[in-house]
Amino acid sequence: MFGNILIWFVILSIVMMAGLGICRNSSMNAIRAVMTVCSSALLALAVWLCVWFLDLRAAGDTSEMLFTGSWMWYEPLNIHLAVGVDGISVLMLLLSAIIVFAGTFASWKINPLPKNFFLWFALLSTGVFGFFISIDIFTMFMFYEVALIPMYLLIGVWGTGRKEYSAMKLTLMLMGGSAFLMLGLLGIYWHSGPDGQLTWNILEISKNASIDPSWQRLLFCLTFVGFGVLGAMFPFHTWSPDGHACAPTAVSMLHAGVLMKLGGYGCFRIAIYLLPQAANELAWIFIILTGISIVYGAFSACVQTDLKYINAYSSVSHCGMVLFAILMLTQTAMTGAILQMLSHGLMTALFFALIGMIYGRTHTRDIRQMGGLMKIMPYLGVCYMIAGFASLGLPGLSGFVAEMTIFVGSFEHADMFHRCFVIAATCSIVITAVYILRVVGKLLLGPVQDDHHLSLTDATWFERFSTVTLILAIAGIGCFPNWINETIQHSFVPIIQSITQAAI
Amino acid sequence: MDITLPILILAIPITMFLILGIGGVKMSRKMAGVLGILGMGTTMTLAYTVAFTYFFSGDPAFILDGVRQQFQVFDATWLAFTEKLVVNIGFLIDPISAMMLVVITTISFMVHLYSWGYMEHEPGFQRYYAFLSLFSFSMLGLVVATNIFQMYIFWELVGVSSYLLIGFFYKLPSAVSASKKAFIVTRFADLGFLIGILVLSYYTDTFNFQALTSDPSAVLSTTGGATFMGASVLTWALVLIYVGGMGKSAMMPLHIWLPDAMEGPTPVSALIHAATMVVAGVYLVARMFPLYLVEEGALTFITCVGAITAFYAAVVACCQIDIKRILAFSTISQIAFMMVALGVARPDLHEGMGYMASMFHLFTHAMFKALLFLGAGALIHAVHSNNYTEMGGLRKYMPITHWTFLIGCLAIAGIWPFSGFFSKDEMLAAMFANDWLWGAWMTMVAGLTAFYMFRMYFMVFWWEENPHYKEHKPHDAPWQMSLPLIVLAAVSCVAGFIPFGEFVTWNGEPYHIHIELQVAVTSLIVAACGIALAAWLYMKKNNKPAAMKNAMPVLWQAANRRFYWDEIYMFITHTIIFNIICKSIAWFDRHVIDATMDSFAKISQKTSVAIKGMQSGNIQVYVLWYFFGAVILAAITWICLL
Repeated sequence: MFGNILIWFVILSIVMMAGLGICRNSSMNAIRAVMTVCSSALLALAVWLCVWFLDLRAAGDTSEMLFTGSWMWYEPLNIHLAVGVDGISVLMLLLSAIIVFAGTFASWKINPLPKNFFLWFALLSTGVFGFFISIDIFTMFMFYEVALIPMYLLIGVWGTGRKEYSAMKLTLMLMGGSAFLMLGLLGIYWHSGPDGQLTWNILEISKNASIDPSWQRLLFCLTFVGFGVLGAMFPFHTWSPDGHACAPTAVSMLHAGVLMKLGGYGCFRIAIYLLPQAANELAWIFIILTGISIVYGAFSACVQTDLKYINAYSSVSHCGMVLFAILMLTQTAMTGAILQMLSHGLMTALFFALIGMIYGRTHTRDIRQMGGLMKIMPYLGVCYMIAGFASLGLPGLSGFVAEMTIFVGSFEHADMFHRCFVIAATCSIVITAVYILRVVGKLLLGPVQDDHHLSLTDATWFERFSTVTLILAIAGIGCFPNWINETIQHSFVPIIQSITQAAI
Repeated sequence: MDITLPILILAIPITMFLILGIGGVKMSRKMAGVLGILGMGTTMTLAYTVAFTYFFSGDPAFILDGVRQQFQVFDATWLAFTEKLVVNIGFLIDPISAMMLVVITTISFMVHLYSWGYMEHEPGFQRYYAFLSLFSFSMLGLVVATNIFQMYIFWELVGVSSYLLIGFFYKLPSAVSASKKAFIVTRFADLGFLIGILVLSYYTDTFNFQALTSDPSAVLSTTGGATFMGASVLTWALVLIYVGGMGKSAMMPLHIWLPDAMEGPTPVSALIHAATMVVAGVYLVARMFPLYLVEEGALTFITCVGAITAFYAAVVACCQIDIKRILAFSTISQIAFMMVALGVARPDLHEGMGYMASMFHLFTHAMFKALLFLGAGALIHAVHSNNYTEMGGLRKYMPITHWTFLIGCLAIAGIWPFSGFFSKDEMLAAMFANDWLWGAWMTMVAGLTAFYMFRMYFMVFWWEENPHYKEHKPHDAPWQMSLPLIVLAAVSCVAGFIPFGEFVTWNGEPYHIHIELQVAVTSLIVAACGIALAAWLYMKKNNKPAAMKNAMPVLWQAANRRFYWDEIYMFITHTIIFNIICKSIAWFDRHVIDATMDSFAKISQKTSVAIKGMQSGNIQVYVLWYFFGAVILAAITWICLL
């Protein structure tokens, strides 16, 4: 079991928790040391996995999942701890590792109760890593819940503003989604194979293809809505603005950067892959909802005055794009969805990190009370502009690649319904430019609004470290996108196959 | 051709951007300036070498049986959307891209040099050179694009460089809002471009220019005669792509950003908003010209938009007092000229002369308009104001600026033997060949051009000396600024004699330029009348201009306010979109959707409060409930058994 590289993602996260458990609450340095070592180890592991994976693919291994392993966990219900990754999960693991790493440095000076904060933070990352390595839907769901629960405490204790309300709202809405999801997953299990051979394993379920179409429709709606809540799909997105606004920096980063990706990944891996027939039939309903998300989120972001609200609504728009692209059911659009998940994860994490740093200095997030910060803190200002450009899709940064892949992929459908929605989605590039430039103009440029801001200092070394990591990743994807394409191209073969078969 | 030079042409500017952008803070001004100028100088030398090799080496890859060929020096995969739809980054060399390499690097080098004097005392000098390098890189990448998607990539990059440079003085709210306006308006146009690309690539399965333009009828057949709202999908795609060009090239009604873009430093206006970036739209149409030829509807659209814009901008230019704004409107008008010339070009009319004339005018206009802007910069540098009301009588104080500016004005007015005469004559001849209506209309615009340019010239250099000169005596600019003026003036004097048709034509076959005497004489007379009128009105201080203004106040006011386009846009964007749509959506989100979600929580809470009394702990009550429950169950069982 320990020979499997994937298990080590979870083990390292648990080691991180154990290490933190040993530290005394007052010894900040020990806590930082544990976090730095473990999060760097996770990042190194993720990079290594990525390289190894590409090596195996280059050597001609085209099987669907690599590094598979399966260990019985609870025999009466046939639950396994089954792991395995394809290109998509490899990239998601890499993304999570980068954001955990950057998040550690972004919360370098967390106060109060640093130990407890990082403990919950580590538990959250355990859940996230566990989710992406699992191919058994029960363990997947379990890790999913593990990732959600710490959010309540992280926001409720370390948050700002109406934190109890927001924490409760976020948890309840996501738990509501989980309830749908639980029903959906149980339904999938009960129809997963011939009697007596029920299974939770994704690969086997898709091979058996024994869920009949009428059930598929119900289960598709349940699972898609369940995961869609986490993916901030209209009209289940309202936890996002409040939750993000009240969350502490690192939590916003991890939440927008990784947790919302769980939603998209789940929709794709479970709802679409396991229920292909229903996906073909019912995609239109969710195309309408996600299409609304894209435009609606962008328009809402245009009038917000709180920096975090702006980014939360922009996340609604960008994550809507992820689900929208998945629902197009073509390989190119789905590739775009994966790219968009990576891109959105990185740039939103960068945004929230920067907002946290700015808020830590100015003690306000209201853009009307700030101005001309570029002169005062040029480093943070430039980073904010880069994040903004990534968000509005400037070539050379990740957002452009993702959006263009989605648009080209979505345009493969020639019927009027798809065309209208794709064109509506493309309009978001203009609206995004509007709200991004509005913020940049008010926050960074123009005259200084508040004389107290003149004495503020620029970024410290750990803040620079955190942001540079993210910017390098964003520019890396933006300038050299093709390797990501190559990493994930084999992963779509079985999915596209099952969709086309179901369509016949 | 060797691959090294083309790669270096792109690599040097981007490296300069990174070096100056990241390391600029630690660098002295002098170091940054020298690095920038040296980098651009090297790029210019390399670009000249490449263009020279292309035009004169006689290599069969470049010229075959007297026909100039397109040649892809390299074309590497950047991103594969599908197996066929692959975005490459490459380097395409053909007559127009070679010509553009020369134009861009020349002007960019002149501006780099000029800025050393002009921007000397500005904070952020290093950043300025970094952005100039970024712009040069993007623009070079745009013109050598091998496929339409590469062009779109660099198209966005020039947009952002323009945004950064317009907003260079970022503490001024006016510069910030001007840069924002420029970016958003061009972004809106790029949306059209993007959808156009999507439509075109959906049918043709390729982005590559050579594949698209070498056999246009094959492209036409891939669409299978599909139509949308009465026009063929190819027409739609081409018009949408042209909309992208309308945004960048400031055609009506997307022109509103260009006059505001004058908030940027003047050398930037010369480089980006006069000579290079704003002609990207013309270049785009020229690049895809064979495809436009099969859909004449799209060409007619281009001609009409161009003709209206040219006239509109010329009228507005007559009523501005800010010299940079006058030049900006004149740029809009001249680009529209090029667009019309492209729009009227047909292979059967003088062997597609309109195309050649349009490119010729692009070349000459880049030189003399950059000259005029740099001259305006020298004026602003001397009197610290943009308005000609603060100038007047400057010819004695600033002789170099005066003479070079005069050459620029004569060139743009189309006076023999300056360069503008030749290119404008070819364009007008092409328009008359298509339809005398276009020719007559554009000849009138040419007359207006001569009038407003000389109106500005006389107001600045003649009229009456400003009393402020006694306290603050204006003088010519330092050599770094004067040298580019002299070089560009010299080019504007001789560029007209270049046998341009030998180098650049729509199909690569040489075309022998000859002056159409009838057209030339007409346009000369019209231009001379314009100049004479301007001289009569503005040479010496008098009451005639004021009287004219008072005679038709409404018209003057409307033209001065640019026919209220900005107000219309403001109403649409601010009042309708921002205040009505966005605000109501945000309200809806909070007060309907979120309230619904909250109400679920409230309902559960209320319910639980309401029913919690049942858990009273009182044993008698529990027995009572037990009894009721038992009775109901018994009743149900009884009913079922029946």
